[in-house]
Amino acid sequence: MIQTLFGSLDQPQEKGFFDRMKQAVTRTRDSLSERIDSVVAMTRGVDEAALEELEMSLIASDLGVHVSAEVTEQLRERARREQIRDGAELRELLKSSLKKILDDQEKPPKTVAAPPEVILMVGVNGTGKTTTTGKLAAYYRRQGKTVLLCAADTFRAAAIEQLEVWGERTGVEIIKTRQGGDPSAVLFDALEAAKARKIDVLIVDTAGRLHTKTGLMAELDKMRRTTQRLIPDAPHEVLLVLDATTGQNGLQQARLFTESAGVTGIVLTKLDGTAKGGIAIAIARELGVPVRFAGIGEKVDDLLPFDSGAFVEALLGEPAASRS
Amino acid sequence: MFENLSEKLQRAFKNLRGQGTVTEENIQEALREIRVALLEADVNLNVAKELIEHIREKALGQEVMTSLSPTEQVIKIVRDELVALLGKDTARFQFASRPPTVILMAGLQGSGKTTTSGKLAAWLQKGGHRPMLVSVDVYRPAAREQLKVVANSIKAKLYEGDTKGEPAGTPLVERLAKEARREAVITGCDTLIVDTAGRLHVDSDLMDEMTRLKALLNPQEILFVADAMTGQDAVRSAEEFHKQLALTGTVLTKMDGDARGGAALSIRHVTGQPVKFIGTGEKPDAFEPFHPDRIVSRILGMGDIMSLIEKAESTLDKKKSEEFARKALSGDGFSLEDFRDQLRQIRKMGSLQSIMKMLPSVGPFSGMQQMADQVDEKQFNRVEAIINSMTPYERNHHEVISGSRRRRIANGSGTTVQEVNQLLRQYAQMRKMFKGIGKGNVLQRRAMGMMSGMRGSGR
Ligand SMILES: Nc1nc2c(ncn2[C@@H]2O[C@H](COP(=O)(O)OP(=O)(O)OP(=O)(O)O)[C@@H](O)[C@H]2O)c(=O)[nH]1
Ligand SMILES: Nc1nc2c(ncn2[C@@H]2O[C@H](COP(=O)(O)OP(=O)(O)OP(=O)(O)O)[C@@H](O)[C@H]2O)c(=O)[nH]1
Ligand SMILES: [Mg+2]
Ligand SMILES: [Mg+2]
Repeated sequence: MIQTLFGSLDQPQEKGFFDRMKQAVTRTRDSLSERIDSVVAMTRGVDEAALEELEMSLIASDLGVHVSAEVTEQLRERARREQIRDGAELRELLKSSLKKILDDQEKPPKTVAAPPEVILMVGVNGTGKTTTTGKLAAYYRRQGKTVLLCAADTFRAAAIEQLEVWGERTGVEIIKTRQGGDPSAVLFDALEAAKARKIDVLIVDTAGRLHTKTGLMAELDKMRRTTQRLIPDAPHEVLLVLDATTGQNGLQQARLFTESAGVTGIVLTKLDGTAKGGIAIAIARELGVPVRFAGIGEKVDDLLPFDSGAFVEALLGEPAASRS
Repeated sequence: MFENLSEKLQRAFKNLRGQGTVTEENIQEALREIRVALLEADVNLNVAKELIEHIREKALGQEVMTSLSPTEQVIKIVRDELVALLGKDTARFQFASRPPTVILMAGLQGSGKTTTSGKLAAWLQKGGHRPMLVSVDVYRPAAREQLKVVANSIKAKLYEGDTKGEPAGTPLVERLAKEARREAVITGCDTLIVDTAGRLHVDSDLMDEMTRLKALLNPQEILFVADAMTGQDAVRSAEEFHKQLALTGTVLTKMDGDARGGAALSIRHVTGQPVKFIGTGEKPDAFEPFHPDRIVSRILGMGDIMSLIEKAESTLDKKKSEEFARKALSGDGFSLEDFRDQLRQIRKMGSLQSIMKMLPSVGPFSGMQQMADQVDEKQFNRVEAIINSMTPYERNHHEVISGSRRRRIANGSGTTVQEVNQLLRQYAQMRKMFKGIGKGNVLQRRAMGMMSGMRGSGR
């Protein structure tokens, strides 16, 4: 199923999300599954101590104290009701409740009245906005769409040059200004250009900013309004690029970027590391923001549409029995 | 959402007030709360567990101090324990007996290595050194260009080198590093800062490259550059980097945000090496030596008064603030006009959430931190709009604001009469509260005293 979802036509042999994720995960043995296994081995049935230990394991995966407690409570209820006896069943139950949290937020992206579709990339510093912009360009090109990039990070050293390289790699043109220029102005130019040239997708790379900086957040709000002025139903997507290693601060990031920039979805990057991005579950639960894409490397095709089942599977790790 | 630790502990010890003793039974609940606080701050689970054990032993073995409540006693133990783990002032640098001193920057992707390389160079320049920068990140697009721009902006020497069309890979990395060192010797630079590509700790090829760079350069310092927002995974990456490279210290970046920074504890715990510096912004001068006691308050969610005071001093108009405080605490109280001024000033410091989080939860500020998560920044725009729609007379004589005036103000500010009512009600409450502080209640005075005390010792 996943293969058909992710295997693209021009690259039939490419591995799907699941395989690639699994590959990344098996690098680390010390995954949540070991904890689950140990919980289960310990248990005569599914007892209180086991559940408490499980709750701690969820916390260890960055789900946060609050959501972990909630999920465990649910599990406790269901385990009792459905008379769960062993670890394998408990694990399936946990999987389905985590998956449900993510799936409940899934909603189709906004329909595009007329091209261009405008995608705004936002997030705190260094999460992978520019890289993901490049990967997305390739992603849409593969679908046969025309793409234009906008270098609206006019602040960070060599941010424009960085995006230019991605433009070359993907054969996509970029609209830019000089460093220190007004990001809204270059955005305006890019929007005009995209309209004039009937481009399908315009992807806007913005400067990293901490959500606590009100001035910089207001700048994003302004960019959103500029977009709206030129294309009333845009931006169609505002993607919050979130580093999978992020801890509890991710919630606050999601909250404040949603307030200022109207985030519509999350790109979870660096999932090829050992962090599994549990904070995304907390964000889905508490703020209702869905995850749209997963970044799994630094190369141009290391981006995959998000699959909640594969993600949860990776988060929980493989069960002990299937590991070599 | 986050209840402050001391509030939680107070709750845990509620029934013990006055008894002043810590026992096996009553500490259980308190320890739970401490564990949760540590976890919410992203301290690694295992590190938190170990800490809790230490704290339990200390708390139980401790002499009864009648001057402190159980809450205060436990908090003191927790603080001392965390500060002890983080170590004393740690911004010590090792310099080579024969220059150049080589500093190797290491870390995950996007943690802040390149920016921090520039900051370090600027810091060394200020200290009278002659640093040279080099980037051996031949992989990421425009990475070397980025360091060049940074170096130019601080007028630091840079060894640019020439890739001569050589493909990106370890041989090229080694060549650039070697050339840079030679260049540093020739030009009389006493330090060489080597910026490297971001890499995952599980990427064996790139980790090998790092080991080879180390063997080649024999660096005095290998700094792990880590993002303060990192969660539970911090221990894994830090441990692996340390295992392969024997790190000499950590730089914790992006501390200008509102992350609690529990990763500092985790990283220190698994590497045994001190956090030496923190990054507090994107500009080259946003760089400070690390102070364990400050981050401990922050990790525990107990406010970061020192940072708040520093921030306030740099942005607030001191005269105006003092004037406000004098009015607020005196019999007359402050007017809506004063309130608006103060609001404007405070907002210059950053988001209210981040400011409120820096407040301690004791005394006059109790509950403020908790409120921080519910703060809606836009609400403050509305508050200001409401006050703007009042006449100057109304602002200074709130008691004249009748029903019809309230309607006019609501219309003028695009808000509702309810919102105007609410603001006036809150204003009245605040006036009263501040006057209360002016009269002085013991606890509050003590809190204020503590703040001024900290201020004195911090300079
Ligand atoms: N391993 C891995 N690295 C990634 C991934 N996505 C991005 N990176 C790397 O993370 C680093 C930061 O990426 P950028 O795209 O520059 O991040 P940014 O958000 O644009 O950064 P600023 O503009 O400075 O805020 C780079 O070294 C990227 O190569 C990913 O999915 N996996
Ligand atoms: N707010 C803030 N931003 C920072 C700080 N340190 C670095 N940054 C930002 O974080 C982003 C990434 O910084 P870089 O220096 O490019 O990180 P890096 O580790 O060199 O990244 P790669 O080379 O891609 O692995 C940039 O946007 C920096 O401006 C800091 O202390 N505070
Ligand atoms: Mg960028
Ligand atoms: Mg770099």
